[in-house]
Amino acid sequence: MTAPVLEIDDLSVTFPVPKRGGWPWTKPDLLHAVSNATLSIAPGETLGLVGESGSGKSTLARAIVRTVPASGGTVTWKGQDLSKMPPDKARAHGRHVQMIFQDPLAALNPRMTVGQAVAEPYITHYPDTPKAEVRRRVQEMMEKVGLLPTLLNRYPHEFSGGQCQRIGIARALITEPELVVCDEPVSALDVSVQAQVVNLLSRLQREMGLSILFIAHDLSVVRHISTRIAVMYLGRVVELADAETLISAPRHHYTKALISSIPIPSPKAERARPRPILEGELPSPLSPPSGCVFRTRCPAAQPDCATRKLHLEEIGPGHTVACHYPLGSEALTRVKPEL
Amino acid sequence: MTTPLLKIDDLSVKFSTPDGTVSAVNGLSFDLDAGETLAIVGESGSGKTQLAFATLGLLARNGRAEGSVRFEGREILNLPEEKLNAIRAEKISMIFQDPMTSLNPFMRVGDQMAEVLQLHKGLSKRRALDESAKMLDAVRIPDAKSRLRMYPHEFSGGMRQRIMIAMSLLCKPKLLIADEPTTALDVTVQAQIMALMADIQRDFGAAIILITHDLGIVAGACERTLVMYGGRVMETGSTDEVFENPTHPYTLGLLKAVPRLDVPQRDLQIIPGDPPDLTALPPGCPFTARCPLAHEPCPKIMPKLETVTGTHLRACHADMEDVT
Repeated sequence: MTAPVLEIDDLSVTFPVPKRGGWPWTKPDLLHAVSNATLSIAPGETLGLVGESGSGKSTLARAIVRTVPASGGTVTWKGQDLSKMPPDKARAHGRHVQMIFQDPLAALNPRMTVGQAVAEPYITHYPDTPKAEVRRRVQEMMEKVGLLPTLLNRYPHEFSGGQCQRIGIARALITEPELVVCDEPVSALDVSVQAQVVNLLSRLQREMGLSILFIAHDLSVVRHISTRIAVMYLGRVVELADAETLISAPRHHYTKALISSIPIPSPKAERARPRPILEGELPSPLSPPSGCVFRTRCPAAQPDCATRKLHLEEIGPGHTVACHYPLGSEALTRVKPEL
Repeated sequence: MTTPLLKIDDLSVKFSTPDGTVSAVNGLSFDLDAGETLAIVGESGSGKTQLAFATLGLLARNGRAEGSVRFEGREILNLPEEKLNAIRAEKISMIFQDPMTSLNPFMRVGDQMAEVLQLHKGLSKRRALDESAKMLDAVRIPDAKSRLRMYPHEFSGGMRQRIMIAMSLLCKPKLLIADEPTTALDVTVQAQIMALMADIQRDFGAAIILITHDLGIVAGACERTLVMYGGRVMETGSTDEVFENPTHPYTLGLLKAVPRLDVPQRDLQIIPGDPPDLTALPPGCPFTARCPLAHEPCPKIMPKLETVTGTHLRACHADMEDVT
């Protein structure tokens, strides 16, 4: 296997939250947004990251592009620890890792023309490029994402949501990054436009050999674009497997619940399948449950889930899960007596 | 034949804006029977929300509604405020998309709920609070009595949406209009709310209009489906008919553009282009510009809604055999 471009090892991100009714000098509570996440992304791979709101997936993305500081663990780029990188090198490193955001209109400066917005990252990273060259690159990039280069002098408000997201993609890809972190890139778009953007991303990935970290709450979109999928719950990665295995044979009870909550646009299929509904809601990340964080909503929770330490463990080839009583394990280990 | 609960006939909603007249709904007609569930499916700008707002007289100041909306045989479109107030909440109530912005952040949940009953049913505050607690129980909010004293910000998104549902049911309305009730929620919570809506339907027997862009929740929740685009009905019929045998290129395109978990797909089929500009709709079919089957009459003449089989109707010039 080729060496991964990005490795996240035991990464934790905490935020201080002032105690309610505390004094200014009272020690704040710590909110564990991401706890001990370990992931890696291979060249040209799409790693999907799913989880509900509050699961820490966006914080993880921000820690990778270093807009929030990690409180523990390391992020390694091609063998180089990012937290130990000197500031000037770190800035230059920015051109290898770019980000695409959820709200395409909010991510663009309303006072900049589209041409300026797309050119900006390129000029930042290659300040000595002649103007004509920048212009040529911007036009080329606009064509790549399916926008007419004649629209260069328009402002973002003149574009629809789908077009703005294309501009966001052009802006992210103009520095020819190796990794693109997409944080919910299609959840603000209409279904018909969403498919356009997903297909565009897959095409650009093939053409430019990108690695993508694709974050979304919609498992069906993630499954569509990803090679492997990681599922997060309350700041922890609870399951990681290649996309098809994760969908067809999930081993974590949360993954299974997530899959069964996603409605299928077919009345027949909807009637035919059982829909066990996950009760309750996400616990507060300020005081996560002890032991397994999912045990408060888990249909298969046992008393010892509250006390035993939990790690991601390999359960199949490339398939890791953090659960003491994973799904299907009894079926796999049980010896069939009649055979 | 009995009168339908709600009969909308040739409804148009227009807004005058500095950029010109925005035609949100254009000559829309449909019926809804008591106790029925109807899904109105459309993307942003399809006019689905304005249709609901026009029905309840909630249009913005620059909006005008024309046509006819009959509720239990009585014309209710553009009724004066006082008359509409007697219908809202009591006969027709609405659940909005964002549960945070539709609750008053300065009022205790119990007071907000009781207010509805005091105003519409003339109950005393104490009885109104009792009723409210019962209703919170019905939407499965644990420990309802003490929750009445809490403020909206103390609840999670899913809980707030339950409160909205409880509130809309207080007067036992005959029609519940739910406008994207689960769009702001996580999928696991969405599943909880949809299951709750189904129970409510069974227990209270209210008719439900579910307005949504999510084809998935329609498939599991509604008997009938109406697909809107550019303020017009593209296709309507039983949910089974529309999903299993779509006869309109837009419906088909929409169904193929949704990534599905149950079947493997290679590339998602796309609908090219962008949603229509509502200030400059063509006189013909609004979908023309994005339609793979568009031909000569499409941009000029709006096709009539014609029967495919039984209750299954569609508005399209293209041959049925070509829609695959």
